[in-house]
Amino acid sequence: MGGNVGVIFRRELASYFSTPLAYVFIVIFLVLTGIFTFFMGNFYERGQADLAPFFSFHPWLYLFLVPAVSMRLWAEERKTGSIELLLTLPVRTWQAVVGKFLAAWVFAGLALVLTFPLWLTVNYLGEPDNGVILAAYIGSWLMAGAYLAIGSCISAATNNQVIAFIITVTVCFLFVAAGSPIVMNLFTSWSDNQLWSAIASASFLVRFESISKGVLDFRDLFYFGWMMILWLAATVIVIDMKKAQ
Amino acid sequence: MIEISHLSKEFGHFAAVRDLTFNVAPGEVLGFLGPNGAGKTTTMRMITGFIAPSSGSVSIYGHDIQADPIGAKRRLGYLPEGAPAYGDMTPARFLAFVADIRGLRGGQKKQRIEAMVSELELQSVWHRPIETLSKGFKRRVGLAQALIHDPQVLVLDEPTDGLDPNQKQQVRELIRRIAADKIILVSTHILEEVSAVCSRAMIIAAGRLVADGSPAQLQAQSRNHGAVVLQLPVQEGLQQQLAAIPGVGEVEADAAQPGRFRLIPETGKDILLAVSAHISGAGWQIAELRQEEGRLDDVFRALTSRAGEDLH
Ligand SMILES: Nc1ncnc2c1ncn2[C@@H]1O[C@H](COP(=O)(O)OP(=O)(O)O)[C@@H](O)[C@H]1O
Ligand SMILES: [Mg+2]
Repeated sequence: MGGNVGVIFRRELASYFSTPLAYVFIVIFLVLTGIFTFFMGNFYERGQADLAPFFSFHPWLYLFLVPAVSMRLWAEERKTGSIELLLTLPVRTWQAVVGKFLAAWVFAGLALVLTFPLWLTVNYLGEPDNGVILAAYIGSWLMAGAYLAIGSCISAATNNQVIAFIITVTVCFLFVAAGSPIVMNLFTSWSDNQLWSAIASASFLVRFESISKGVLDFRDLFYFGWMMILWLAATVIVIDMKKAQ
Repeated sequence: MIEISHLSKEFGHFAAVRDLTFNVAPGEVLGFLGPNGAGKTTTMRMITGFIAPSSGSVSIYGHDIQADPIGAKRRLGYLPEGAPAYGDMTPARFLAFVADIRGLRGGQKKQRIEAMVSELELQSVWHRPIETLSKGFKRRVGLAQALIHDPQVLVLDEPTDGLDPNQKQQVRELIRRIAADKIILVSTHILEEVSAVCSRAMIIAAGRLVADGSPAQLQAQSRNHGAVVLQLPVQEGLQQQLAAIPGVGEVEADAAQPGRFRLIPETGKDILLAVSAHISGAGWQIAELRQEEGRLDDVFRALTSRAGEDLH
């Protein structure tokens, strides 16, 4: 029965590449990472052989690109009616949720892997710490997974992809912005340290920055893992609730 | 056997399906009749587990659709209204996907897919994206998807809607061909379809069951059941004479064709003999004389409009 996850995963992943959407997405992702890294991240001027400028933009880049992928997940099935087919096949709701999520996550991973020319470039220019780079790639992919899981849940709640996109961007923004210097300064100015550190610890930005410095702390990995599990569980609940409406 | 017990569904304050209870046995082709909005699709969605009932239960060969959805769904094939599919897939990939989910493997999978291709004549569109197919082909792909695992229970929501007369005929033949030991539920608002394929018909209106019986039994409830239609030479006072025949309740003159009448019997009376005796006694030349079975659409209209009135 776990085989159903694999069957749904493969169908879903293939569907990304049956339309130009996937290719457009990957090209946009690569172009934007290039622009951010070279023009805004002072890649050359810093005189350091690492990918820090590249990774530092990921939380903000994902804020708009990942919801564009996740908005389709369930809203499109509802719109076309194929959800009626999927949910009347002998498949458990969680299997469909996980299969679809994994396909989106692997797709995001593929886009990430295709940034390898940057990695080749820094290795050509100098001697970067490839362990740190690998950790940052893993962190970035985990963060993409957390964004996707949030998007999955919101997509399940509506049949309108535009609404799914906007709400997902908003919710993800809260998770990212909670750790941004502006918000942190705001909190430190009028509340005690414990509260703001609790909020900051729930921030994608703070978690991701610590991973991308090369510190693979299990708490950070678990954090993204739990985010995914919780939001996917919420997706299952939303879909089952909609059945009973 | 499927057992449906006190099934109801409310959307907010609106009751779409009210307290349906019925069983269907293998070999039965049950036609679900009702005007648009009667609750046919909602009922089928509850039977197939797409939506949960507000109350009541559905059991498919002993598997409750809520308590054991996987067990129940394994035995079901379902063509949802409008035959939704993954439009970007070809029928080849789509049917392979459904076969995989249905647990068909290897030679069995290949054999079932080939059977569907020939049964539903899908060769010519086999490698074209479903979204580019005509309505008729989309419907056939939907039927193939529902039939691929040779299910014991088949639920078809308006399987012939939007098809041309030839295609309608093909789908009806298909249903008759596979009906032998299956349970088939077909919803339709086309009445001829019921007489053509169903062994039993249920009329629902405003979410309620208003009639249940064989198509012949339903026809017998028609006011036109046993009515006699006849064509006589035009003469004065015909209508009064016909109305005086014992057992004749009402005489309807055909405005377009003088001399043509429909004699509607009083409830439960057979008037054919009395009418023909009267005609030969009077020495009339008859151009036509026949007795009607009754029309399903009379019953349909009578029952469904009455149910509508109850509501308001
Ligand atoms: N998800 C829903 N939310 C609210 N009302 C609904 C929903 N689905 C169906 N209805 C209403 O329930 C009634 C029955 O619909 P349906 O089962 O589709 O009828 P039929 O298939 O017989 O035409 C209709 O009035 C329809 O508007
Ligand atoms: Mg309907």
